Amino acid sequence: MAQSKRKLKIAILGSGNIGTDLLIKALRSPELECGVFIGRNLSSPGMVKALSLGVTVSADGVDYIVRNPGCCDLVFDATSAKSHLEHAPILKKLGKRVIDLTPAKVGLMSVPSVNLVDSLAEINVNMVTCGGQASIPVAYAIGQTQTDVDYIEVVSSIASRSAGPATRQNLDEYIKTTEDGLKEFSGAKRTKAILNLNPAEPCVDMQATIFAKVKAPDIGKLSDVLKGLVEKIRQYVPGYEVILGPIIENDRIVVMVRVRGLGDYLPAYAGNLDIINCAAIAMAEEYAKATGNQHSERDG
Amino acid sequence: MLERKIVISDPTLRDGNHAVRHELRVEQIAAYCKAADAAGVSIVEVGHGNGLGASSLQLGESATPDHIALATARAHLKTSKLGIHVIPGFATIERDLKPALEQGVDVVRVASHCTEADICERHISFSRSMGVEVWGCLMMSHMISPALLLEQARKMESYGAEGVVFMDSSGHYIPDDVRQRVEALVDGLSIAVGFHGHNNLGLAVANSIVAADSGATLLDACARGFGAGAGNTQLEVLVAVLERLGYSTGIDLYKMLDAADLAEKILMKVIPTISSVSVVSGMAGVFSGFMRPVTRIAHEFGVDPRDVFFELGRRKIVAGQEDLILEVAKELAVRTVKGCQ
Repeated sequence: MAQSKRKLKIAILGSGNIGTDLLIKALRSPELECGVFIGRNLSSPGMVKALSLGVTVSADGVDYIVRNPGCCDLVFDATSAKSHLEHAPILKKLGKRVIDLTPAKVGLMSVPSVNLVDSLAEINVNMVTCGGQASIPVAYAIGQTQTDVDYIEVVSSIASRSAGPATRQNLDEYIKTTEDGLKEFSGAKRTKAILNLNPAEPCVDMQATIFAKVKAPDIGKLSDVLKGLVEKIRQYVPGYEVILGPIIENDRIVVMVRVRGLGDYLPAYAGNLDIINCAAIAMAEEYAKATGNQHSERDG
Repeated sequence: MLERKIVISDPTLRDGNHAVRHELRVEQIAAYCKAADAAGVSIVEVGHGNGLGASSLQLGESATPDHIALATARAHLKTSKLGIHVIPGFATIERDLKPALEQGVDVVRVASHCTEADICERHISFSRSMGVEVWGCLMMSHMISPALLLEQARKMESYGAEGVVFMDSSGHYIPDDVRQRVEALVDGLSIAVGFHGHNNLGLAVANSIVAADSGATLLDACARGFGAGAGNTQLEVLVAVLERLGYSTGIDLYKMLDAADLAEKILMKVIPTISSVSVVSGMAGVFSGFMRPVTRIAHEFGVDPRDVFFELGRRKIVAGQEDLILEVAKELAVRTVKGCQ
């Protein structure tokens, strides 16, 4: 029965803010087991944290998985877009499932509240971006309920402290991937993404404002669909909240969302970490359940 | 005595766009470019107030798309260099920067908030690899110490910037603040140093002169000070003062005065002036975009907007923290009531 099922073995590539936060969440998951936590420098804060949690660590990058293919069935890649382009073919050859948290966009863009089922069929899924995870459900709801979606714009603000070096190097990929995701999930003709790193102290919560230009805004319909999606999102990101709207201002639809994190590795302001990591964990847990069921079917 | 040279970079058609909600049009761009070029301005910056790729519902849409503004300026700048302002997070290399360089941009200025220089690495190094002149800009620079400013400027130098401009985005500096920063930068960098002043305290020209005297070799200034709120350093005044002090800018004063007259006539709805609120926001060191929400919220809570500004300044709030205005106004309202008891 369910109690005897094996946990899904995972590896985390990347020991920055995202990787380390992901580790803490994975360790808490009843479905997942962390085989190895991989970075490049044993004395980095992420590695020190992993060691303190008693996790197997390695500073050898993707080579560790090549040499120890049994260490995991699924790899979270929390490095950088550039690195993931190198990792993806290697991991594919090894037959590892991949959840890509960089904006490299090698695999299907995945937003669990919207396309969980489709994503489960893929060997490599891309978690878009933090801003994408926060805004795409809203954009999707706009696409589902409005006609002639001409333009969607998303402005995300995150606390400076929550943005590590890879995030800072990947602003262009962040923008491109978020814009592509918005377009794909909403059907908008044009999309634009803007990211602000806010250095304010105390740190600001992650926030995203979604603007849309549509032909004849129907706020009632949008509110209904959005409500259902928000409930779904809150199942895996409890700190997700619509703080304004949907309203019509200046002939455009405006929705603002705020994401407060669980405060696992970084404090609660870093909702950007939470929303992408919670989505990634939710995805991995679904894989785990799916493969676990296969096992029990086979065993039974 | 050796003639001391100052490069003037003129963002009238970029920073000025803030004052007219980014509505500058082709005819205006063409006419001012012609005039500035004739006057001998070294660099003319063009674009949305927040730079390349920043036209948006959030900040205001440009009446003239980037590529048209650049094509127009390019066609009318014969000797002046064509400059752009680029903020990573708005402008990307592929979508915005590459096409702009193909249109013949000569100078790329990559800007970030004063503590975030590392987001500029790729935009600076890419622009440099394309063979154009590259400057780094540190905005809201009064929020950090000279030592920290130097640390951030060094990053920009390491990415390939040929100079660093520090910006007094809130119009907060007094001359000694500027002197300390220029000295720290000139000492600690092996690249050029520039200063961009705002006029909230009426010191933009004086601060720019102190910057030059302390070793800065590039100064930003706008015709009639065209810019949001209290405006920027007034270009034609700066040129006149530099001339009196024996600096050479390569600018013909009469033609610059003509260009400024033209700018007043064709670009501006109102000439920048130091309003009472501008004085306070400058003193408090608060982002000038807070003016409208502060005025509204202070009124709602029956508190003095000037007190709100000073409290916001004390808390070092930055753009994007508009929600704190409410909190501050509420607290001040409570204090006022208690004070009466």
